[in-house]
Amino acid sequence: MHLHKYEKIWLTFGFAALIIFLSVVGVSAFHQGHTPSGGLQKVDPENLEATPPFDDPGVHEKEDGSYEVVVIAEAFGYTPSEIQVQAGAEVTFKVTSKDVTHSFSIVDTNVNMMVVPGQVNEKTHTFEEPGTYLIVCNEYCGGGHHFMSTEIEVVE
Amino acid sequence: MMAVSIPKPERKLALTNLGIAYIAFIIGTLCGLLQVFIRNDALQLPAWLDYYQILTAHGVLLALIFTTFFIFGFFQSGMSKTLGAFGPKVILWNWIGLIITTAGTVMDTVMIVIGEASVLYTFYAPMMANGFFYVGLALFVVGTWVQSLALVGHYRKWRKAHKGERSPLFAFMTVATIVLWIIACLGVVATVLFQFIPWAFGWKDSINVELSRSLFWYFGHPLVYFWLLPAYIAWYVIVPKLIGGKVFSDSLARLAFILFILFSIPVGFHHQLTEPGIASFWKFLQTVLTFMVIVPSLMTAFSMFAVFEIRGRELGGKGLFGWFTKLPWKDVRFTSIFVAMLFFIPGGAGGIINASFQMNEVIHNTLWVVGHFHITVGTPVAMTFFGVTFWLVPYLTKRVFTKALQRLAFIQIITWSIGMVLMSTAQHVLGLFGAPRRTAYTGYQHEDALAWFEGIISNHVTMAVGGSILFLSASLLVFIVIQLTWFAPEADESNQEVFPIATSDSTETPKILENWKVWIGVAFVLIAIAYTVPMMDMIQHAPPGSKGFQTW
Repeated sequence: MHLHKYEKIWLTFGFAALIIFLSVVGVSAFHQGHTPSGGLQKVDPENLEATPPFDDPGVHEKEDGSYEVVVIAEAFGYTPSEIQVQAGAEVTFKVTSKDVTHSFSIVDTNVNMMVVPGQVNEKTHTFEEPGTYLIVCNEYCGGGHHFMSTEIEVVE
Repeated sequence: MMAVSIPKPERKLALTNLGIAYIAFIIGTLCGLLQVFIRNDALQLPAWLDYYQILTAHGVLLALIFTTFFIFGFFQSGMSKTLGAFGPKVILWNWIGLIITTAGTVMDTVMIVIGEASVLYTFYAPMMANGFFYVGLALFVVGTWVQSLALVGHYRKWRKAHKGERSPLFAFMTVATIVLWIIACLGVVATVLFQFIPWAFGWKDSINVELSRSLFWYFGHPLVYFWLLPAYIAWYVIVPKLIGGKVFSDSLARLAFILFILFSIPVGFHHQLTEPGIASFWKFLQTVLTFMVIVPSLMTAFSMFAVFEIRGRELGGKGLFGWFTKLPWKDVRFTSIFVAMLFFIPGGAGGIINASFQMNEVIHNTLWVVGHFHITVGTPVAMTFFGVTFWLVPYLTKRVFTKALQRLAFIQIITWSIGMVLMSTAQHVLGLFGAPRRTAYTGYQHEDALAWFEGIISNHVTMAVGGSILFLSASLLVFIVIQLTWFAPEADESNQEVFPIATSDSTETPKILENWKVWIGVAFVLIAIAYTVPMMDMIQHAPPGSKGFQTW
């Protein structure tokens, strides 16, 4: 198959771009640990009240000053309704859904998690700036989807 | 001399497909117009109509119905043109397929209109629509398969009669698109038949949500290539003829299509990067496979601009860019598609961003994504289809695309471009701020959310102005189509529209490129590598299933 000289140059450039892009993404993911939210833990969506950690949704401060925030999403809101953490502390969110698929997405951060019934999604984030952050559901979940939001208070 | 037109049965078939496509198009774009006004609270819907019903209709009618019907109309005309008249069996099966596809479409439209299926075109479980919505979907897919197989039958007959020859490029590309479509649909057919239908009719109590999502996206990504490849057929085969050139390289064109089959299917996880239930390794592997489509995309870009430059220089263009001014800009059939290509440059780059693993978290399910597909399927694909419409409809109806209609067509593509630039830029910017997609009026009482809409570009007015211009443009297009179908002057031999097919020198094209068994085999190997382990895991380690919810 004949390839024009310029096309060879062009495709070499393409392959090089491909390798550079994938290297950046790969190093960031596996060396620096920047992977999107995820998790392999399963739960029974109809029996969350009896399944740890969802039997006790809320903000749990650990001894080392980090937090575990356990959240249940359901149409059209989140439990707990109030979340407060300290700026600079590591916060691990664990979320699942009681009914349909939702999301737990904190505006102005990289916390953007799909909330799928039966699955536990996890993401660790550190809020550097204090303030009130908006949390929205950005996966269509029904007639009240655009009202599904809450806030997280980050204090000094 | 070869007959100018294709036989009447094919023309009727293709025109029926195009007609349904444009009915869906005008209703779908009207829904889009309503949406931009509801979103900025300028319009209140009556109580019997809901924003998410309109949103579902907009997505289904434009992304599924308009595209699919248009594509089959285009394929049927082109296959008859390049491979010769259809036999009675091919005609019959195409009609049967068309009727089944239409029956599915009608069933789903009814379900959406009566409010039984406000589940959007992604119909994620465990939101549960009326069971007949899923039956309609299944019928839709099966109908397209019947039409596809009828066309493949026609192609096989041609190949038997022309042993040792390469098939015409148009026919090869059509078959490649059909191969991609049939393999892709296996996922959605599996989830609809074995998961959704038994569950929605109550034969099964629960559904494996994560499996259904993964089967959907196994289909959902190649679906976008099913829209794109027919546009690429126009770029590779039609456009060179319109400007008086020929296909740059027959073998590279075929290789690009083969690569699209291989690398558009085992990549669905890049739509699921932020969700649980899939190990990071598999998400990353599919990201790598996703990035491979850069190669055939760049090959296509190269071929296009090579054709333009070669032809521009033949016409006397001098210097580095002189050829550019020599292209036939006054021919709306060419200019429309050229503009469509330009839109695909930011569109494709945005796609690379979306698929970039951790970067996906920044934009996933924000308005950015909506902006993205309006400058991929919404303009490069749709405007290429407009460009094809301008000659295909008069070719089929034997009418004249008059000067006056050509001027209107220019206004149509210019307004579509302006509207799309305004609307999609606003959507991209709002998405970067974090504004979610798929929401009705967004009245979040938070300073961040209030600030989203205060920018010059990123405000509701820009989006509404863009949306209004787009609907105006859509109405203009439908007016042109109606004129070309019933009212434009009838053509005689001197001004009969032709089907522009560029010559493509296939004498040196390697035989292996048309060995479908090899490529379908490789495609399945890649799919098996990318999907077997994570999908087995979803089945074996499934959590208790979900019952259905109707939350609208």
